[in-house]
Amino acid sequence: MKDIIRILQQNARISDAALGEMLGISAEEAAARIEKLEKDGVIKGYSVIVDDDLYDKSIVYATIELKVTPQRDCGFDDIAKTIMMYDEVESVSLMSSGAYDLAVEVKGDNLKDVAFFVSERLATIDGILSTSTHFILKKYKEKGIFIDNEEPDERGIV
Amino acid sequence: MIVIDYDKVLSDKIKNIKPSGIRKFFDIAGTMEDVISLGVGEPDFNTPWAIRKAAIKVLERKHIIYGPNKGLGSLRSVISDTINKKHGVKYDPDKEIIVTVGGSEAIDLTLRGLLDPGDEVLVVEPCFVCYAPLVELAGGVPVSVRTRIENNFKLTLEDFRDKITERTKLLILPFPNNPTGAVMTKEDLEPIADFLRDTDIMVLTDEIYSELTYGRKHFSIIELEGMRERTVYVNGFSKAYAMTGWRLGYVTAPEPVISQIAKIHQYGIMCSPFISQNAAVEALTSCDEEVAKMVAEYNTRRRYLVGEFNRLGLTCFNPEGAFYVFPCIKSTGLTSEEFCERLLFEERVAAVPGSAFGESGEGYMRISYAYSLKHLMEAIHRIEKFLKKLEAEKS
Repeated sequence: MKDIIRILQQNARISDAALGEMLGISAEEAAARIEKLEKDGVIKGYSVIVDDDLYDKSIVYATIELKVTPQRDCGFDDIAKTIMMYDEVESVSLMSSGAYDLAVEVKGDNLKDVAFFVSERLATIDGILSTSTHFILKKYKEKGIFIDNEEPDERGIV
Repeated sequence: MIVIDYDKVLSDKIKNIKPSGIRKFFDIAGTMEDVISLGVGEPDFNTPWAIRKAAIKVLERKHIIYGPNKGLGSLRSVISDTINKKHGVKYDPDKEIIVTVGGSEAIDLTLRGLLDPGDEVLVVEPCFVCYAPLVELAGGVPVSVRTRIENNFKLTLEDFRDKITERTKLLILPFPNNPTGAVMTKEDLEPIADFLRDTDIMVLTDEIYSELTYGRKHFSIIELEGMRERTVYVNGFSKAYAMTGWRLGYVTAPEPVISQIAKIHQYGIMCSPFISQNAAVEALTSCDEEVAKMVAEYNTRRRYLVGEFNRLGLTCFNPEGAFYVFPCIKSTGLTSEEFCERLLFEERVAAVPGSAFGESGEGYMRISYAYSLKHLMEAIHRIEKFLKKLEAEKS
């Protein structure tokens, strides 16, 4: 399972035949293993990593740090689940820092949209004590993939 | 102005040594754009962080000195432990180990320490390009021993028995092999050891790729009875720990051999780099997991390439070591040099012709998989295109 995930994390679009070769199994067996991982919920989905500088320069990302009052019986889960339902929200993570509790990544068409989303939608949710918004200026690497150009290979031929 | 006739000044012995054949070919590749190279002989991984951190600590806190000629005591001691753990063979850290500037220096020292003018050295081919020139530099005569695809490029006694003369002093055993990826098992080595035990022929075993084997653990000839006495064992940090630029290897051998070659190392090199040596202690003591991760990744790429080359009709035996595959290109009707040259100019993929590693490499090419899967998949895509073109030319 480790090998299959490691390969898919590098390239989820790889063919079953190539994946099978890499694992030393047949294409059918490779497809069956992926299907099982999907059914078991280990693989949640597949996405694409885009260089927004080339695709759409106006898209804005921000990381929002949220301080939250934990609730009896369900801790942070209830608020996190409320937040994750918004389309603008790309990711929600519970943090261990102590300085804040939830890290939320938000995507918007422009700066204003994101700012308003935070002040009108997030900040107003019951239990949220404070928000701190950090706009992302440039992404260099995402999910192990270089977005900024890779360093040139300086190795010589031996 | 007084002009010196350099032809008169320069040593004839060195003039007669041919520069590496692959060089000029890849100098051309270096000037071209959008070339996918499959030619490197070093890992694409960075040195594990624990090793780099150890080096930084040395830079911050220690006085960077020469250090002892034979290498840091702490490093020689862990080298001794490592070999004992892996092969059950003991070398005295004080008398039987020298830390060298890469495996290459270890090979050079051994040849210079053992050879007298005219001594013959059995060089098992295909092999890395350095052995024959270094034998010549040491005054010896390289005698090439060809391994064959029928044996998956393993060395058999039959391959070299009739090459032995009274001048034969040394057999160079380069396994896991660059460029073929072939490995030697205990069963493969036993008949060779049985034969050598009754001779005065020494063995230089270059085991630089020993940690990079797939599906089976590396076996060393020093483990066989009577072989430790007649073997010079060479290994290093470059391939296993992705430490090529740190320039660190080592040689272990019985005390008389080490005392002999220690003189050459002492006068010619003095000592290996101090920072690298300190960091290398960390490599041997705490990086097994990192090495295992790299091996797992190499193995994925290896299986992919073997599968793809066989699918494309370039028969490729299953190499069990190093980070190279060695597909056969004879079906195209081209020589390996023609094939690689056209592949470079027409599809911009740079691979090393098998003939660069000895005549027995003719008809093959060496493909390094010290590259990301993404890179390798693009290379295969281009090679497939090139083969289709060759096919179309034929009809």
